[in-house]
Amino acid sequence: MPQELLPSDAVRPGRLTEKEPVVVFESVSIAFDLKPVLENVSFSVQPGETRIILGPAGGGKSVLMKLANGLIRPDSGAIRIFGEDITQIRERDLYKLRGRIGMVFQESALFDSLSVEDNVAYRLHEEQVPPDEVHTRVVEALKFVELEQAIAKFPPELSGGMRRRVSIARAIVSNPDLILYDSPTGGLDPITSTTIIELVMKERDVNRTTSLLITHRLQDAFTLAMNRYDRAKGTMEPIPGNGVDEGTKFLVLNEGRVVFDGTTRELVGSTDPWLKQYLS
Amino acid sequence: MPLLSPEEFAKQKVGAVQDYAILSWQAVANLFSRPRYWADIFTQMDLIGVGSLPTIALTGFFTGSVLALQSATSLKTFGAVSMTGNLVALAMVKELGPVLTGLMLAGRNASGMASELGSMKVTEQIDAMRALGTDPVRKLVTPRLYATIIMLFFLTIIADAVGIAGGALISVTMLGMNASTYFSTSYRALQYADIVQGLTKPLFSAFIVATVGCYFGMNTKGGTQGVGRSTTQAVVVSSIFIIIVDFLVSRAMIGIFGR
Repeated sequence: MPQELLPSDAVRPGRLTEKEPVVVFESVSIAFDLKPVLENVSFSVQPGETRIILGPAGGGKSVLMKLANGLIRPDSGAIRIFGEDITQIRERDLYKLRGRIGMVFQESALFDSLSVEDNVAYRLHEEQVPPDEVHTRVVEALKFVELEQAIAKFPPELSGGMRRRVSIARAIVSNPDLILYDSPTGGLDPITSTTIIELVMKERDVNRTTSLLITHRLQDAFTLAMNRYDRAKGTMEPIPGNGVDEGTKFLVLNEGRVVFDGTTRELVGSTDPWLKQYLS
Repeated sequence: MPLLSPEEFAKQKVGAVQDYAILSWQAVANLFSRPRYWADIFTQMDLIGVGSLPTIALTGFFTGSVLALQSATSLKTFGAVSMTGNLVALAMVKELGPVLTGLMLAGRNASGMASELGSMKVTEQIDAMRALGTDPVRKLVTPRLYATIIMLFFLTIIADAVGIAGGALISVTMLGMNASTYFSTSYRALQYADIVQGLTKPLFSAFIVATVGCYFGMNTKGGTQGVGRSTTQAVVVSSIFIIIVDFLVSRAMIGIFGR
């Protein structure tokens, strides 16, 4: 599939602006038990961009995602989110900043003791939004992920795919400026994975939210890069002329280091032997 | 389990004490700033207090009963069976009521807190909470701490009362004592210092149960096996701490009040 991209130059009209990057990593390093997990990682994500993070398991992708949300702090380097260096600010201030960030966890991380409605409404309750408005927004978010019928269920009653969809609804309910997807398709069957990727694409193309997405499935990554969401039909469709979404870029990590940072075309055209083998 | 160097072992233990101290301080201080989760405090008071009531009442009742039964044998030697009420009341109010209630709560609630928070930790629910902009210490630990302190205080009073009643039942039905003699010796035995001592101990025990249970829960690692390990550690450590602190508080109270 990646090779199909090489001959064509068709691109979607640029959605990117010249504003300040939403996410900036500058020489970020972190080690656990003296074992380096990330070493000198630097990259930036522009507003409206979807950055797909690829790499073998154990390469530090999930750690990078937690660093981006300030859930852990790096040993060295700087991480700027919306222009604020989150390595320097207090935890209390981080909670405010996280109000602008939505996160979808690898295993959904839904609150088992709360219903789907309360899970999705969690942040709205914390922000003391009036109950009527909370319900309306929760239903809206659940409609977005096509799961409004599950509003009264509890997480243990849901399938893996449904849990991920609720997790996505919980992440988007507050209309965040940045969404972090940590392996949203991990452990799911191919059909359910495609459904989840379609939702990510819908969020990208409908709300134009900046996002970071980790995936182990190259197929999911290229589906995201080569398709667009058609609002009229309510489904995804290939970008005409073998085109790619120019706002979707790649970051490839291997053993804690960045081995690639660039566009879809640059990735498939790379001559790096390790990358070629990884993509084959 | 990997063998650690003495230096590494010492560092780990000092680090754990430091983390425990920070968690405890944050849990206490959070009540004095917004947001406050009053609904969670009341929910925990119901779970900890009302939920533990049958256990505490039964423990108190049979402790008082067995105390009367056992002490009567010794007191009979000195012809002092009428002092049974005195002995039961003093033992229940000063020592057995607070300590046994604390230990029962450690078994029931420290384990519950460690397993609940531990499960949340290993399934990334704690991280999700932080990612959603909520301080997990403020939301999960502070309500448990204050709910335990408030409820253990009252549970201890109930355990003391039920224990003295249990002693009365045995004294009247099995030892042939007059009920009014029993209660009057019980009443006369207790002084202000004894009540203060008996009601100070549960405050310390509650602090230990909640903070130790939450500390092990919030620091759980290693999946479901880790949850089991945290639960066991929470019960063992909190029980030992309760007994040690009981000794220290008793010594301090004797120093202050002279009895």
